[in-house]
Amino acid sequence: MNLMKTLLASSALTAAATVAFAQEMSNEMTIVSWGGAYQNSQLKAYVEPYVAMHPEVNVVWDESSNEAVAKLRAMNEAGNITWDLVDVVAADAIRLCDEGLAMEYDPDELLAPGDDGSSASDDFGDLIVSDCYIPQIVYSTTFGYRTDMVPEGVDAPSSICDVFDLEKYPGKRALEKRPINNMEWALLCDGVPKDQVYDVLATGEGQDQALAKLDTIKDSVVWWSAGADTPQLLADGEIFMGSTYNGRLYSVIEEQNQPVGMMWDAQVFDLDGWIIPAGLPDDKLARVKDFLKFATDTQRLADQAKYISYGPARASSAPKVPEDMKQHMPTDPANAANTFLYNYTFWADYRDDIDAKFQAWLAQ
Amino acid sequence: MSNALNQDAENGPVMAADGTPLKRSLARALRRQKGRALLLIAPLLIFVLVTFIVPIGSMLFRSVENDIVANTLPDTVQRLASWDATSGELPAEGVYEAMYYDLFVAAEAKRHTRLGSRLNYEESGISSLFRQSGRKIDDLAKDATKALESAVPAFKDGETWYALMNAGNDEANSGLLSAMRGRIGRLNDSSASGDMDFAPSALMADILPLTTRSYTEWAVYEATEEGRDPATRDPWELVPLALLQELKTADLSGLTGTRAELLTQAQAVNFDIPPYSEVLADIDPEWGTILPWETIQTHSSKYTAGYFLNAVDAQKTPEGYAWQPEDKQILLKLFGRTLIMSMIITCSCILLGYPVAWLLANLPTAKANLLMILVLLPFWTSLLVRTSAWKVMLQQQGVINDVLVWLGLVDDANRLIMINNQFGTIVAMTHILLPFMILPMYSVMQTVPPSYLRAAKSLGATNWTAFWRVYFPQSIPGIGAGSILVFILSIGYYITPEIVGGTKGVFISNRIAYHISSSLNWGLAAALGSILLAVVLLLYWCYDRIVGIDNVKLG
Repeated sequence: MNLMKTLLASSALTAAATVAFAQEMSNEMTIVSWGGAYQNSQLKAYVEPYVAMHPEVNVVWDESSNEAVAKLRAMNEAGNITWDLVDVVAADAIRLCDEGLAMEYDPDELLAPGDDGSSASDDFGDLIVSDCYIPQIVYSTTFGYRTDMVPEGVDAPSSICDVFDLEKYPGKRALEKRPINNMEWALLCDGVPKDQVYDVLATGEGQDQALAKLDTIKDSVVWWSAGADTPQLLADGEIFMGSTYNGRLYSVIEEQNQPVGMMWDAQVFDLDGWIIPAGLPDDKLARVKDFLKFATDTQRLADQAKYISYGPARASSAPKVPEDMKQHMPTDPANAANTFLYNYTFWADYRDDIDAKFQAWLAQ
Repeated sequence: MSNALNQDAENGPVMAADGTPLKRSLARALRRQKGRALLLIAPLLIFVLVTFIVPIGSMLFRSVENDIVANTLPDTVQRLASWDATSGELPAEGVYEAMYYDLFVAAEAKRHTRLGSRLNYEESGISSLFRQSGRKIDDLAKDATKALESAVPAFKDGETWYALMNAGNDEANSGLLSAMRGRIGRLNDSSASGDMDFAPSALMADILPLTTRSYTEWAVYEATEEGRDPATRDPWELVPLALLQELKTADLSGLTGTRAELLTQAQAVNFDIPPYSEVLADIDPEWGTILPWETIQTHSSKYTAGYFLNAVDAQKTPEGYAWQPEDKQILLKLFGRTLIMSMIITCSCILLGYPVAWLLANLPTAKANLLMILVLLPFWTSLLVRTSAWKVMLQQQGVINDVLVWLGLVDDANRLIMINNQFGTIVAMTHILLPFMILPMYSVMQTVPPSYLRAAKSLGATNWTAFWRVYFPQSIPGIGAGSILVFILSIGYYITPEIVGGTKGVFISNRIAYHISSSLNWGLAAALGSILLAVVLLLYWCYDRIVGIDNVKLG
């Protein structure tokens, strides 16, 4: 009889505990990221520490950030969202927010304040480019070149317009197979002032002007579509210079010791960060919120910079970045002498239109 | 008696043992047999239906579906219908008012940006117009709410509104309620059919139609989408705005009791509502131009040919159909290129595959098996690995160029360009698709008896005549089967052209992939896919006409 009572009581307790727990936080969390070195930096900087603090949590990775927007839309249409937290670039975040696929949030409520006392919304500042976006890092798209292929008696390339100068710097260039960034660089080197680039690009004539400038090097361009292409082409000596993400060039230079140099001029800043899919069940949402508060605090974002050469999105994290990594950060003053700010809303509006023109131009 | 039997046998129907006519009984037996057979294949049939026919059907449907415009802005679309876009005049004030109310509701339900991205496919810039407008649309309504609440504090209370609008003891306007259920349901792609404890009063709907409508819209949204009870909550700021607007002209003499008291107090509130055309132009000057209205009107029908037009480099304009500007025409070119390159790939597969298949069929078994393994080995290797291997082989600093330079056949400064162009795509895809040509050819060639060739030769044919007149015609079904396989596979190829195709070697499928995963223009992707499907079916039909599909054999 006694045994029976104990059994009953304990099972009732367990049941109560499970119910209480289920209402609080889910122990499963599916995080979507890019794989490779970047995902590894996230794992080391905050996922592993978080799991160490909460051993009951089981984190599942899905390396689908590349097609996150399309997949999230398909999941939403099927009515079954299996992701809890998705890592995307800013342009995709704006799109997901527009489509109602990402959850809007309040920065000061969801995120931890900076450790210098500033509120989260001030600490992230303008980098919160969409109501749904929680930025993590700033990366840049910039150029790398083969130091051994610089012609004799000529200085190493140091200006974005050297990309368009085939006489001084003969050889192939790698550019991304999309209009974004390329059109801006072309206009900058065609004499358009930096602050007018997007006004010019919004007009048909401006787009033609940019394409005409790109036309001058079209025969020498290899077009890439995956971030790993340019480092590979540089390592093979297929190209003289090429654009790619600065973290990729960092690993070619520092980890693979290839004869490659960085050219930071007119580097284009972009962001990478989290979105929470819209319509998560309460327990999942609670877990994600708890994780995010931890994973985007000042120290965690600074920690991430130990593992990859991307700058933390919080102003308060910058002083905590390790000294030896600072020189590789796109935000380092020496590298950021001349930078270009990528206009998200412009491309959200004009991307399809200009892309059609760009592809038609490519196919000519 | 025997006479009658004879007659029956000669003229009447033959009977089965149970007395029914034999014909009918036979038909029944056959039908039963067919039914049983159908039951046997039912799992497969259902599987094919669910995984193949239904997705293709929904894809075809997506390429013409366009109900988002009318579902998000129902009133605006309706009022805009009579506007003439080519007249050069802006739409009437009523259209602006309808837009304000529609857009407010859409922004509350967070559907306005979705509509913005849809219309942005047609006109660049609309996406941020809707995004920005959604942010500022409630400014005026908030001011109205403040003015009303500070003058008549009772309106701060959600219950006051509920008592005012709910039918309670008087007659309910159930038509309005179900219309609003439909409207909110269509807006949110849901049924909006949950239970709710509210019915709009018919009396109020007569005196204050817009206010009652807006309140009902909100109540339905609140109850069915958010699962909250409208009786205790504050309505959208849109409702006070509608009330103040209508009270300026409303005749309240039909009302009694609290309602009359409240509304008479509210009628005294002095709140100036500017014309909605000014309100919208303040939010974004773009609303003061013809362009957005023209775009909405042109693309407001529930079904559209727009995506198919876009897929063939044309577009829908207020004046009718027109070609896209020349510098944006690309898709037809890509269709043509896809077809031509697929044919080239099929031909080179035939040329390379035929001798291999012949060897396979005619060598002694041991050697043939070894050769077979060589054919199958690359077939089992991952597609990406093989494509990347071609990259290593063909690039300018690659294996082939290195060997040619080493041999002195090519100058080091002028290395051959064999990748990132059509040549690269053709080489890599021919290699990848070759097994699909060799295997059907091989299995057909195996069935050709060697004695036929010997017989031809013994009758005096030369080697060539024997091959061309006797062997080759018998191997044609294998070529046919292989060609169909290779051609249809290559027409939809995506990853290999993407990696080695550069700019001139990409296919239409690369554009489809772009629209599926990057631009999210699924309608256009579906239209492109449907056209591709139609082209394949058409070619299949031609093939059947010219060669005859019975001539295709897989073994």
